[in-house]
Amino acid sequence: MNKEPVLRTEDLHVWFDLPGGRELHAVQGVSLELRPGERMGLVGESGCGKTTAILALMGLLPSSASVAGRVYLNGEDVLAKGEETVSPHRWNDIAMVFQGAMNAFNPVKTIGAQIVEPMELHGTASGAAARAQVRELLELVGISGQRADRYPHEFSGGMRQRAAIALALACEPQVLLADEPTTALDVMVQAQILELLVRLTRDLGLAMILVTHDLPVVAQVCDRAAVMYAGEIVEMGEMTTIYHDPRHPYTRMLFAATPDLLGDEDVLSIPGAPPRLDREIVGCPFTPRCDSAFGPCPTTHPRRLEIAPGHEALCHLNDHLVAEKPA
Amino acid sequence: MSSAEHEALLEVDGLVTRYPVPRGVVGAIARRPKETVHAVEGVSFTIGPGEMVALVGESGCGKTSTAQTVVRMVESQSGVIRFRGREITQLSARALRPLRREIQMIYQDPYESLDPRFTVRDTIEEPLIVHRIARGKEERDAKVREALVRAGLSPPELFIDRYPHELSGGQRQRVAIAASLVLDPKLLVADEPVSMLDVSVRAGILSLLDGLRKEGMGILMITHDLSTAAHFADRIAVMYLGRIVEEGPAREVVRNPQHPYTRALITVVPKRDPREQTTPQILTGETPNPVNVPRGCRFHPRCPIAEPRCSEVDPSLQRPREGTSPEHRAACIITAPGPSADEVGPGGHGMA
Repeated sequence: MNKEPVLRTEDLHVWFDLPGGRELHAVQGVSLELRPGERMGLVGESGCGKTTAILALMGLLPSSASVAGRVYLNGEDVLAKGEETVSPHRWNDIAMVFQGAMNAFNPVKTIGAQIVEPMELHGTASGAAARAQVRELLELVGISGQRADRYPHEFSGGMRQRAAIALALACEPQVLLADEPTTALDVMVQAQILELLVRLTRDLGLAMILVTHDLPVVAQVCDRAAVMYAGEIVEMGEMTTIYHDPRHPYTRMLFAATPDLLGDEDVLSIPGAPPRLDREIVGCPFTPRCDSAFGPCPTTHPRRLEIAPGHEALCHLNDHLVAEKPA
Repeated sequence: MSSAEHEALLEVDGLVTRYPVPRGVVGAIARRPKETVHAVEGVSFTIGPGEMVALVGESGCGKTSTAQTVVRMVESQSGVIRFRGREITQLSARALRPLRREIQMIYQDPYESLDPRFTVRDTIEEPLIVHRIARGKEERDAKVREALVRAGLSPPELFIDRYPHELSGGQRQRVAIAASLVLDPKLLVADEPVSMLDVSVRAGILSLLDGLRKEGMGILMITHDLSTAAHFADRIAVMYLGRIVEEGPAREVVRNPQHPYTRALITVVPKRDPREQTTPQILTGETPNPVNVPRGCRFHPRCPIAEPRCSEVDPSLQRPREGTSPEHRAACIITAPGPSADEVGPGGHGMA
């Protein structure tokens, strides 16, 4: 894979202002790269910052949030001047399928009219040309183009999710961010939507970040995965590596907490709960829940280490990798 | 009835639950035909003490309707429900009341099922007051604490005076379970007990239910998640459009599925190991509307192996040809040939 990354983030941070002058540090230094056609899973428990991180990429955080770091789209720093530099790219280059998007259509407008809207707003197409594009987009996601004149209530849940994906693709983006796109769907419909997302990345070269709490979904669909905990990516790498050779106990424990259809091992819950992010965390944030914590964990924040090319983890268990190397 | 049959906690035989579709005043004037949702169409199963049975299926398959009918929240059109050998299908609300203690329900959403103005103590104490058990304050307090410990919330003083908003999702679900356990039920009906919870805490709740099962509790678990059912249930019954289409020991059903619907479902369940992903056998479309159930086998319009006769014959549950367990049943005339449901009923009774 030697293509240039279409999306790259460098040390992305997001803070939310809380009442009383306090701050919640929701995203704590996220750096990742995404190449055309690549599918990356962003996984973690509720509140780990995965949705906040991708909303930051879209420049769609509320005014109570402050953002630091760099987000490059095709090499251009889109966060440089805030809204001024993000807005030309939003939907045109980077688009998002929001969680629950299938239930967010306006019930009194046809599906077609709602997909035309962003095209006209962004000036990518209008009138008959836009309507023709809508039909083409609907066909692309597996809906008959003739159904553009139908209303949301005439679509099943799976069809509305397909339409929501078509809507995100309206302005021909290169990057698609999909936030829990199958969470409320039945397994068979989930399989249909996942197959569609894979096909879009393969056929159109679309790069995708799939945000989900469901590791097996990532295992099925994604090439790479980033596991988030307490606002940080604690492990990132090829999906097979992450599963067969996890280098962060959280990754391993998250897999062990997930029942596998044909697996025989006991399913083990992770004790405790993630830390609050509105106060300073000393040491590794996973320490209180970790089954392998030792000496430095409660006091020293671990370094991000590259285990192998493309595989990195944030855990003191890997410190020896560096110690062995001459400086 | 033999004494062996009395050992079953719950026996459900030929259960049918239908709901009328409201047609509105205009529909009534226009004399539009009355429509019916065929939610449960001849479901039979038994649960013994210390047994967990999972009813698995997609939305609209009738699994929740089955559970609600079993606990008599919803009335059945026909069929028999027996609890500890006694028929409860027709019992009046009053006659049913003592049984409500013994059959308890756990709901999906612990954020909705707990009263936000009630402390943990109030929540768990209420069933004791309603059922007039443990009259004295001290006795109630002791029972509340005991239920908290059984539900894995110990030491109880850490939780007893808390409000739901002070608890995590997993802790709330444990409080809801404690409020069931305080009545010392024999049967728990758990409707998607972990689907609203984070992955990291799901296993804890499921292990808690597993522990209760080992103590002798019968558990009917409703879930859409085959992986969870495969891990925790003794037996799995797969439902499709109001019918059980396959049932058997949990491992057998997921490792050696015999109904084409179960086979397809199993291929689309994502696996944890990226190398073990099977090619999903994706069925087109979505489950048909339970108002218009297809003729013959209800799965035949979506079935990859359907033959012309499948649109004629409504299959009953029979031992599959390639089944390896004597308790394995599938409703498919191709993989499990046998008499039709018209002859022997959907549960396949009449065959020895």
